[in-house]
Amino acid sequence: MLHNFISATYIAAGVMFILALAGLSRHETAKRGNAFGILGMIFAVVATNFVIAYDDLSVDHPQWWSAILLYVALAIGATIGIWKARTVEMTGMPELIAQLHSFVGLAAVLVGFGSFVENPHADSFHLFEVFLGVFIGAVTFTGSIVAWGKLNGRFPSKPLTLPGRNWLNLGAVVVSVLLGAWFMQSHSIIPLVLMTVIALALGVHLVAAIGGADMPVVISMLNSYSGWAAAFSGFMLDIPVLIVTGALVGASGAILSYIMCRAMNRSFISVILGGFGDDTSAAADTDMGDYRELTAADVAEVLADARSVIIAPGYGMAVAQAQYPVAELTASLQARGVTVRFAIHPVAGRLPGHMNVLLAEAHVPYDIVLEMDEINDDFKDTDVVLVIGANDTVNPAAMEPGSPISGMPVLHVWEARQVVVFKRSMNAGYAGVQNPLFFNQNSAMCFGDAKATVQAILSALPAGADHAQVGAA
Amino acid sequence: MRIGVPHETGDSRVAATPTTVKQILDLGYEVVMEHGAGAASSFPDASYEAVGATVSDAARVWASDVVLSVNEPTPAQAGQLRRGSVLITFLHPRQEPNQVAELAGRGVTALSMDMVPRTSRAQSLDALSSLANISGYRAVVEAAHAFGRFFTGQVTAAGKVPPAKVLVAGTGVAGLAAIGAANALGAIVRATDVRPETAEQVESMGATFLHVGGSGQGVSSDGYAKEASADYAVRAAELYAQQARDVDIIITTAAIPGRRSPLLITSEMVRSMKPGSVIVDLAALGGGNCELTRPGESYVTDNGVTIIGYTDLASRLPAQSSQLYGTNLVNALKLMTPGKDGQLVIDFDDEVVRTMAVSRDGQVTFPPPPIQVSAAPAPAPGPAAPPAVTPPSKPPRPWWYPVAVVGVGAVALIALLTFAPSNFVTLFGLFVLAVVVGYYVVWNVTHALHTPLMSVTNAISGIIIVGGMSQLASPNWTVKMIAFVAVTLASINIFGGFTVTQRMLSMFRKAN
Repeated sequence: MLHNFISATYIAAGVMFILALAGLSRHETAKRGNAFGILGMIFAVVATNFVIAYDDLSVDHPQWWSAILLYVALAIGATIGIWKARTVEMTGMPELIAQLHSFVGLAAVLVGFGSFVENPHADSFHLFEVFLGVFIGAVTFTGSIVAWGKLNGRFPSKPLTLPGRNWLNLGAVVVSVLLGAWFMQSHSIIPLVLMTVIALALGVHLVAAIGGADMPVVISMLNSYSGWAAAFSGFMLDIPVLIVTGALVGASGAILSYIMCRAMNRSFISVILGGFGDDTSAAADTDMGDYRELTAADVAEVLADARSVIIAPGYGMAVAQAQYPVAELTASLQARGVTVRFAIHPVAGRLPGHMNVLLAEAHVPYDIVLEMDEINDDFKDTDVVLVIGANDTVNPAAMEPGSPISGMPVLHVWEARQVVVFKRSMNAGYAGVQNPLFFNQNSAMCFGDAKATVQAILSALPAGADHAQVGAA
Repeated sequence: MRIGVPHETGDSRVAATPTTVKQILDLGYEVVMEHGAGAASSFPDASYEAVGATVSDAARVWASDVVLSVNEPTPAQAGQLRRGSVLITFLHPRQEPNQVAELAGRGVTALSMDMVPRTSRAQSLDALSSLANISGYRAVVEAAHAFGRFFTGQVTAAGKVPPAKVLVAGTGVAGLAAIGAANALGAIVRATDVRPETAEQVESMGATFLHVGGSGQGVSSDGYAKEASADYAVRAAELYAQQARDVDIIITTAAIPGRRSPLLITSEMVRSMKPGSVIVDLAALGGGNCELTRPGESYVTDNGVTIIGYTDLASRLPAQSSQLYGTNLVNALKLMTPGKDGQLVIDFDDEVVRTMAVSRDGQVTFPPPPIQVSAAPAPAPGPAAPPAVTPPSKPPRPWWYPVAVVGVGAVALIALLTFAPSNFVTLFGLFVLAVVVGYYVVWNVTHALHTPLMSVTNAISGIIIVGGMSQLASPNWTVKMIAFVAVTLASINIFGGFTVTQRMLSMFRKAN
């Protein structure tokens, strides 16, 4: 009966988790989804605790130490977790997400070791499960740590290119397989530890080889790994809810990675095997002609005459923390009767959906924040497009063959009547491809820190609605 | 340096407005305006004095270091120019080489605003475009004035009024401006041009582009239309003949710089038009696109068609023309005043300046060396027609390829599961189902919520706590301590993940 009780609870928890993800399909149901997730988690944790306590008490052997440790652990975890969650800046979300991935990875490693130490003489199949769980957990752990370091600048975001790096990865996998065979034969902890060290190193190397702007893919990939790690722990411990949840998370991360890769028109393999880093130096220096420069006051004037404005933000907006002035600018333009919308490229930022969260933080209503596919056809009817800290995602070169980013879906900002690009300098973007957009006749550059520039525009906006007739040509 | 702006004879425009004078003063120059220079453009002398210019007589203006004007100087005015001074105006050096030679002979450095090259950098000083824009607008206003009916269609108590039909021939700046203005008045607008690549711009202005059948439309490389092939001309003539019978207003803008305007509308076509129709010929200065155009005049033909051949459409909107032209001049001065110190520098290494300069130091410097206008790959208004996105795709895989891959994978899986413990097989079934469910559920997640999706999956992957909890119950203290750390980490995930998700979701809000 007790067995049925716990299974039933786990089934219920699994359903709750599915409802949690389903709730995120729309803004209106998103909070409900999160609540379902919390409820499912409470069910699972309380039921597990109850069953363990009941088992112990039924044989009259209460394990007070275990209980105390559990509650202490929960208290510590809750304190750290809630404190982090409350204090994190929205620009720092990628780092937090990466940290949380690493915790799951490390927990999976620990659970695997715990399982082995508890029962080193289990059958080979169980050992295989332990081995696999630890391997994935370890890769996730160090991979996420490196991703976290790259995101907050502790590690260089440039891809690390060791000679023969693909062979190194392959070698690590082959050696791990051999160690696995040894482990299943010998039931010794040595191959497990050796493999863990190799897997940790593999995690570091895998992510170190990927450049900063590919982070949306890396984070999604690690999200996926953390799910698989949880699922393998479930196999190892025969706990179905772990398997179900792990599979959900794994699938979710995999789909996000796929979406991100598609948005860059690159294969998952090519992202994993390293960034654009290799052969880009040649690309940049073709003469594209001249570009025009506008001051903040000029941009304010352009905006004052516009009727419709689309803002295309990129990672530069996050770096400059410009989301608040951008939101203010939006509100101020809306007050003048200008239609303002946002165009979000799927890989803008360092995290899937990063720009949406930043804009939401600054109180930009989500119904004017549109995805690339929703808004791409509207650029041609738009007076002014402000490109803030984006480069490759608005590069018309992607529409033509022969460029490293050919075929990547991009925002068609150049179709608008006037494009203003906010940038720190004329340097090429992540992909190392010069952007012909900057040299178009209807484009102008506005150099400087995005935050300061937007603030300057805000203060230079002439007061009152002044809709001068925009010249027909 | 002192900049003089004269009063234009026989033209309502002026080369500087109070707004542009202020900008010129900011560049470090002094400005002298001739008495009453801006009066016809509604800029009284006092408005210039208010921004810091001085107002003086013609002699002092023409003796300035730099003279800005709209029209070329009369011989008398040219005589007042000092040796070594700079004149910036429209000089039409192709049509009037003698005048350029004379200015060169007087030692005047002359810059002609109609020589501004059509490059992106020079766009802000392209006065021809500014004037063309105004002419196009004014052409519609003139047509509306002469046309005895509404432009827009209406349904009134007194009956239904059909909208006017407007044909715009030539879709350069003037043509596009005319399309915009006619469209704004509510007319049905059609347009055609020898450059089919302008179709997109035409459609973006709200008109229908009429394609002349067949090939042979000239693609221009210098931004201006060229004369078209003979065969093309025949087909174009058919198109115009057919349109002339149908439309109420024809606005022709096909002017080729320095040459006779091409003949588009024959007298026969004019005769086929309905009485009350209007033709506005913006190419009248070059002889006109219409056979019956009388340059500078507006008259009604025997069959009641009004033909407007004014050559001064831009100066019929003097305040607007002066403002735009004045701004073009300011941009030219900015280009030539690198120090912003009131010192004009004529730098022949700058191809914009070089092209504009028709005389310097007593030498005629026209024609300038040719420059490739669309120098860089930068295609004029962005890649207008992106060549159908064709990533160098691999040949599509045969249909059986995925079946084979999945089939082999399935066989391998069946083999593996056959030899696995039965408990594992049950769990694996669960795993597969969960992946499939996860796949469909996650595809439905809106892109905007991808970050909350990641944090909520962070939180629920904290379910690994359940594993840690069961190990925490182990009597083995090593296992207990390992499990303790695992539970701590997992609970950070659970609490942190859910809290941050909640925090993010409450930030998303809809507009009111």
